Formats: sequence, C-alpha cells, structure tokens
Amino acid sequence: MNEFFAQLVASLPSNLRILVEAPIFNVQLILDGLLIGAIFALAAYGMALVWGVMKIINIAQGEFVMLGGYVAVIFAQNGIHPLLAVPVSGAVLFLVGWLLYRAVIFRIVEEDLFVSILATFGISILLQQLMNQVFGGDVQIADAGLGTRFLFSGFVTVSDVKLVSFVLALALGGVLVAFLRNSRLGQSIRATAQNARAARVLGIDTGRVYAATYGLNAAICGSAGALVAMAYTIHPYIGLPYTVRSFMIVVVAGLGNLAGVIAAGIGLGAAENMAGFLLGAQYQLAFVFGLLVVVLLWRNWRLKRKRQYLK
Amino acid sequence: MKYLLKSSLVAAAALAVAGTGALAQETVTLGAAVSLTGKYTTDGEHTKRGYDLAVDMINKAGGVKVGDKTYQIAVKYYDDESTPATGAALAERLIAQDGVKFLLGPYSSGLTKAIAPVTEKYGVPMVEANGASRSLFTSGYKYLFAVLSTSEQYLSSAMDLAAEKAAALGKKPEEIKVALAFENDPFSQDVRAGVLDDAKRLGMQIVIDDQLPKELNDMAATLTKVRALKPDVLVISGHAKGAATAVRQISEMKVDVPIVAMTHCDSADVVAKFGAAAEYTLCASQWASTLTYKDNLFGSAADFAKLFNTTYNYEPPYQAAESAAAVMVFADAFQRAGTLDPAKVRDALAATDMQTFYGNVKFDETGKNIAKPMVLFQVLKGEYRVVAPTKWAETEAVVPRPMMGN
Repeated sequence: MNEFFAQLVASLPSNLRILVEAPIFNVQLILDGLLIGAIFALAAYGMALVWGVMKIINIAQGEFVMLGGYVAVIFAQNGIHPLLAVPVSGAVLFLVGWLLYRAVIFRIVEEDLFVSILATFGISILLQQLMNQVFGGDVQIADAGLGTRFLFSGFVTVSDVKLVSFVLALALGGVLVAFLRNSRLGQSIRATAQNARAARVLGIDTGRVYAATYGLNAAICGSAGALVAMAYTIHPYIGLPYTVRSFMIVVVAGLGNLAGVIAAGIGLGAAENMAGFLLGAQYQLAFVFGLLVVVLLWRNWRLKRKRQYLK
Repeated sequence: MKYLLKSSLVAAAALAVAGTGALAQETVTLGAAVSLTGKYTTDGEHTKRGYDLAVDMINKAGGVKVGDKTYQIAVKYYDDESTPATGAALAERLIAQDGVKFLLGPYSSGLTKAIAPVTEKYGVPMVEANGASRSLFTSGYKYLFAVLSTSEQYLSSAMDLAAEKAAALGKKPEEIKVALAFENDPFSQDVRAGVLDDAKRLGMQIVIDDQLPKELNDMAATLTKVRALKPDVLVISGHAKGAATAVRQISEMKVDVPIVAMTHCDSADVVAKFGAAAEYTLCASQWASTLTYKDNLFGSAADFAKLFNTTYNYEPPYQAAESAAAVMVFADAFQRAGTLDPAKVRDALAATDMQTFYGNVKFDETGKNIAKPMVLFQVLKGEYRVVAPTKWAETEAVVPRPMMGN
C-alpha cells in the first residue's frame, strides 16, 4: 500500500506537467471520457426510471448491459453487422425484463428497498453464471469494422465506432424522452411514478406499467450493452462497473431528470479518465467512489442549510 | 458430452485389454480437483485433457514399472467449481476419504494456493502444471512441484529482446523507456515484479507504471499517457481481458510503440478476434509446438500437438501440454523411487532431471522448475511465430514494429 502511495506522489506532478505542456492530451482524455460517459448515462437513465417509478434499486443493471453485449457478439459471429444488434438487443432485453418482472420483481415492488436490492443482486449473480455457462468466461467483442479518425493533425484519435455509439446513445435518450412525454404508456408510467395509488384509482393498470417500466429499463441497458461490445469488450463479469456508475450518476443527478443524468454521465466519464491519467489507472474506480462520497456530503450540507433557512 | 463419451469408451477399451491380459495389473491412482464448471471451465478442461492424454499414453506403453511390479495409472477427478475453498475441501477428501497418495494440480495459482497446505499437511506429493504465482514457492512447501515457469519469468524474454534490439531502435539499452500496464491481481503483479527486476538488471527506465483494475475494459487513460511519453517498450498483463482490451485500443487509438509485449494473447485469441490489429504483438507463452524438445513417450513437441489434435480436434494450448508433462514427471519419479511410499516419491521428485516434449524439468529446493525458459511469440501474418529466446527462434522478431501512423 505504501509503495502505491509513494508511486502516486512521484508520478502525479509529472503527469500533471504533460497536461500543462501538451494541452492537446486533455482533449483526448475528455473526448474518450465523453464517449464512454454517454453509455454510462444510458444505463443510469434506466436505473433512474426503475428507481423513480417502482422504488427499486436494480443491482442487475450491469448484467442487462452485459446480456445486450452478448446479443451483439452473436450477431457479429454470424456475420451480421453488430450495429443491427442495437435495436434487436433492446427488443430481446425488453422481453427478458418483462419476464423477470413477471417471475420475480412483481413480488418486491411494494416491499422494503433492502429486499429489492437483495433480489436484484440475486438476479445479477444468476445472469453472470448463466452467461459463463453458455459463452464461457472469456472476453468477447463484436467487431464493427469501422476505422479511426484523426483530429488536430493526428494528436487526437477517435475511433468511429465510439463516435457512432455516442450518437446512438444520445438519440436513444431522445427517443426515450419523447416516448415518456407523448405516448399513452409513457404518460401512465409518469402518472404511476407521481402517485401509484391515484393512478390505480384513475384506471391505470399499475402492474402492467411496472412490467413495461422494468422491461424498458432492460431494453435501454441492452442497447447500451450492444454499443459496449462494439466499442470495448465484454465478459460475463463486466456488469458491476456499470451498476456502480449508474448508481453514482443517479445519486448525483436525481430521479426524473434526463438532462441531469446525461450531464452527470458524460461528466463522470471525462472526470474519471482525467483521474486515471493523473493518478494512474488503479485509482480510476476509487476516484468514482470518492466523488460519490463528496457529492453525498455536499448534498447533506446543502439540505441542512435549507432547513435552517426555513426555520 | 461427446468428449465424456469418448473418454469412457477409451476407459472401457483399456479395461477390456487389462481384463484379457494373463496378468491383471495393479493400478496407482492420482487425485485431481480441476475446474469443470465456473470461470475456469475452459482452462480446467485443457488441464484435464492434458492429464488424460498422458495417462492414456503411459498405460498403452505398458504402464509404470515400480520396483519389480508394473502399474497402470488412473486419475480420480473432482470438480472444484473454480472456487479455492471447494478445491481445498476436495483435496482433503481425495486424501483422507479416497486414500489417494499423489495429487495432480488444479488450474490456476489461486486454486493451487488453496490446495498446497492440505497436501503439505498429509505429506502427499503434488505435481502441478497451472499455478505460476511466485508466492507458491516462498512458503517453504516441501511436497509441491511445478513443471511450468513461474510468473515473474513471463515477460523476461521480451525485456531481453528489447535490450538486444536497442541498436535497431537507435538507442543504448539504458536509454530504453518502458511503460507498464498490469492488472491489480496476484498473478499479474508477479509478472510485473519480474519485469521491474529485468528493467533494473538491464538498466532501463520505467516511465509509466499503471495498475489496471480487475473490471477494466477501457485503457484509454493509460494509452493516452503512452502516446504522450512515447516509451520504447509497452508491456501489458491482465489475463485474457487485458490482452483483448489492449490490442483493440492500441490499434484504435493508433498508439505507436516499437515493442509491445503481453501475456495471454493466445487465450484471448487476439489473432482470430482482431486480425490485422494484432499484428506484431509479442506474446509470452509457456510452450510452443514448434520447439525442439523430445521425449520417449510422446516424441517431439510437434508429435504431441498432432496427437492432441487428432484426439480432441483442436490445437493444444500450453495449459494442456504442461498438464501432460506433470503426469510424466510423476511416472518418472515412481520409477526412480522404486516404491509408492509418498515420502520416497517426494525425494525422487525433488531429484527430477529430465526432458519432456514440453521442456526440461528440474526443480530447485522450492519446487519450481528452473530448467525451462518462457518463449516469446510474435504475431506475424496472422500466425504465432517463436522469436525468442534466440535458441528456439523460428524467425527474427520484427522490431521496431511498423508505425500505424497518421
């Protein structure tokens, strides 16, 4: 541990100097962070949806991402372009989410938050082991066969597949907002989120709304997963980082605030990448957790001030 | 399933042959807990197949002569579910309940670490082929023997190659800058310790020393640093996912480093997955079928590869080769000991000095094999070619690798 700390102290100033003397690398880091941040934001938005509507913290979030990734892998292995897997994995995962709701989740909707965490944690382990049995523990990728483009006379590189996944992630977010705002089901979902009892009184079948919400969340994650398999790598145990970051983003942005979720997601991606560069990759995830603590403290402090003001 | 059927047929045939023989032979049973389910399933299977193939060959050749008796070899397997605790419990069961006096190792350092205290407690010799972690050999175990090279040797040949090729890079060896990216797990950190020692020995400078988290599938931050600092050598170890992530992102981000070396490229199957992007990558390996080692049982390394391929329908990964070698080491020790007394067999094992198709085997006092170097492949035109150490090189290493440039 001491060795790590000494190394950190030794390398931080020199890493910082690179960024000051060659600022172009800031652009590279932030760009890479923005691109993965959009995918984090998608998964986080799904989590916020389920949390807000059903009062469930879905620990299996990352596993839905992983499942979606495997759909893209299957596509690529059978010679179908993995970009086509983005909508298909959404559809497949909607079904998975719906079935999981009918089998397990409906029992825990009205229960304590702790029960929902335990149950979805169980689901996440189940899905991990299942995929390990089916596909083995090895890393998989879905090669989209796109190139790399150079910016700033070659100093900054951006792979096309990351760019495409960024655009698709934003588009998907947009579609989702329009859906929730305008469609009948979207309105029912929002009504249920506001007041489930009142929604039931007004004739909304909240059971169906819950099932659709959970399915929708799985679908978003599934599509995000297809993008992950194309731009990064997946394996059965890749889920946890996505769950953790989703949680972090939702805590920062709050429920029912898409703009906030996207901003927090992209910001987290960029901040994390900068931290990875400056502190070393070993502190990248530690940085995420550290940030979470800071945000919670700050919120607590702000709330306290508010209360005093009201007094 | 198909394989199970096949192996049971082989077993049945072997039984039939033994049954019809005028003299019924006795059997010496080795025990093994290997991973047939869980995260090490694939490698566990390679391990088991290596054991099975060697046992089969030895039995076909008439068995092992111990003193004036000849024995057939059998292996009693349990599935350790890739969990260390289960592995330890199964070792206990093999020894205490099933009365097995000799153990073959499991797959992975973690499992071996869990089982070694048990075999030590009962004084049961264990020859293992898939636990490379350095810490296995610093605990003073007397009954543990490993046929493979330990993890701190994995990338030594790559560092030596960098020193040899320094002139081609227009530098002196002590001007070579090295970047390290290693996963934060016991195995990769062992590899890292070895590379740090090599760098010190060769007088090279370490300019980046990043430790990758276990769940990482994005190395963008580390690779940006590599582009900024322009090292001459980039060494990476993070199991199959580390190799896959690195190959993909090095090519996508066009990170130009003259020498890129890593572990696990073969298990990540980078050639099939990434094609041209994997070109010129240097990969550490325990064994290659093109090496010129020989023995009386399998013949050459190539003969082993051929036999394995006809039996199981795929090229043998080194995990299978080293596992087969472990069985041969046991057979050799039985013969030299002239008895099946565990303590005597242990002493015979300690005195092992032999060549197998997999490489030379000679243990130092800690039980690790000091007679076999690691080899280094380079991906050239989509094939793994041995480029170091020089003695076994099929072809010259391409250093520096061509720039992907812009």
